[in-house]
Amino acid sequence: MRYRVRVWRQTGPTAKGQLVDYEIDGVTAEMSFLEMLDVLNERLQLEGDDPVAFDHDCREGICGACGVMIDGVAHGPGKATTTCQLHMRQFDPADPIVVEPWRAAPFPVLRDLVVDRTALDRVIEAGGYISTRAGAAPDAHALPVPKPDADTAFEAAACIGCGACVAACPNGSSMLFTAAKATHLGVLPQGQPERYTRARDMVETQDDLGFGGCTLTGECTAVCPKGIPLSTISRLNHDVLSAVLRSG
Amino acid sequence: MALTLQRGSLGRQGFPRRLWSSTVGKKAVMAVTGGILLAYVVAHMVGNLTIFLGDIDGYGVFLRRLLAPVLGHGGFVWVIRVVLLLAVVLHMTAAIQLARRAARARPVGYARRPRVQGGYAARTMRWGGVIIALFVVYHLLDLTAGVLNPHGVEGQIHANVIADFQHWYVVAAYTLAVVALGLHLRHGMWSALRSLGRAPGASSVMALVVSVGITVGFLSVPYAVLFGIVR
Repeated sequence: MRYRVRVWRQTGPTAKGQLVDYEIDGVTAEMSFLEMLDVLNERLQLEGDDPVAFDHDCREGICGACGVMIDGVAHGPGKATTTCQLHMRQFDPADPIVVEPWRAAPFPVLRDLVVDRTALDRVIEAGGYISTRAGAAPDAHALPVPKPDADTAFEAAACIGCGACVAACPNGSSMLFTAAKATHLGVLPQGQPERYTRARDMVETQDDLGFGGCTLTGECTAVCPKGIPLSTISRLNHDVLSAVLRSG
Repeated sequence: MALTLQRGSLGRQGFPRRLWSSTVGKKAVMAVTGGILLAYVVAHMVGNLTIFLGDIDGYGVFLRRLLAPVLGHGGFVWVIRVVLLLAVVLHMTAAIQLARRAARARPVGYARRPRVQGGYAARTMRWGGVIIALFVVYHLLDLTAGVLNPHGVEGQIHANVIADFQHWYVVAAYTLAVVALGLHLRHGMWSALRSLGRAPGASSVMALVVSVGITVGFLSVPYAVLFGIVR
């Protein structure tokens, strides 16, 4: 089958980019979206052109490396899937597919579809840790965790840090990411010592990095490949406001 | 990095500064001031319905006599006005600052951007807010100051209202503003609870019921006048 794509091409961080049209032959409906880009890149290299740069690693939806805006939707039309889990059968070969990088001031475009997501690491550094007891490993049953808490923490811990929430948010906010990290640690007993300062410091850092503020539009959770719920954001707000009320 | 040096600096500031300097804090301020404005809107709507009892002028007198021994005649009304003004200023300042921050956070937009999730109410919060603010200015000049009212006599609330809603275009402007208010409240109430760290399961239904109730309550007066039910 022949597909038509319009891909954002940009040679470097300061270069001016543009959408470039390509027609790609030899794509099958069973191919993943990234395999379609592989086919395009093989041809571009044979023709002596630069291949389209895009991030990818595990190609099974667990690493968070891939992620592009496909027809204006982060990770494309599939529900709770990453770009690598998307298949070409979901697209009509008649319509050109628009492929753009994540757009946010804290995510500068490095090249083509690759953006620098270091900003998310800065948010993690600000509070994504717990105080641990050094020494021998404790017994598994020494610290009871209620099942609902364990489930809530696990649901949030599924976040792979792909940045789709930021890309989809009309405010360019990283709130769902930060909320997932703060919830993952904040509902478990091990995360209690830093629970409130963690929430406060991570949000303060995300504000300083130039992410937008959350207005609860819900765009983030609609495209999240791991289905992180909006309720994590309420929990984060609760903990941030508690910290602001307590300290000082 | 400069970031590392700044971290934790919030702890050394006073509570209002700590709150205002955070995007989460600003949303909390918007939630609380929005709650104050919502309480006023409900009271205002209930007050309007006294026109169906035939004595809205008496209701106006009642409001001005409220706590008169303490606050003087009309003092209560002025206390409410000052509180509302403060709430509106804080609510709008936070909204404008967050909107400007959002614009800075995405300097380059997408070539293609369909709607994915956000409902109509959520998407129209900002422009809906602008419509409501402009209407409030007109509404104060119309029925509080009387400058833009065809009758415009202070204290003659019933006559002023009747004079207004004889005209279809006044009713149309009023309808637009009240519908904008209803949409604003629907997402606003739902969102405010989450901004304050609460997510009750029934909040979506509650927000819908309250906002529809307020919209219908406010619209009942102009349409009753337009169709001659209230004369």
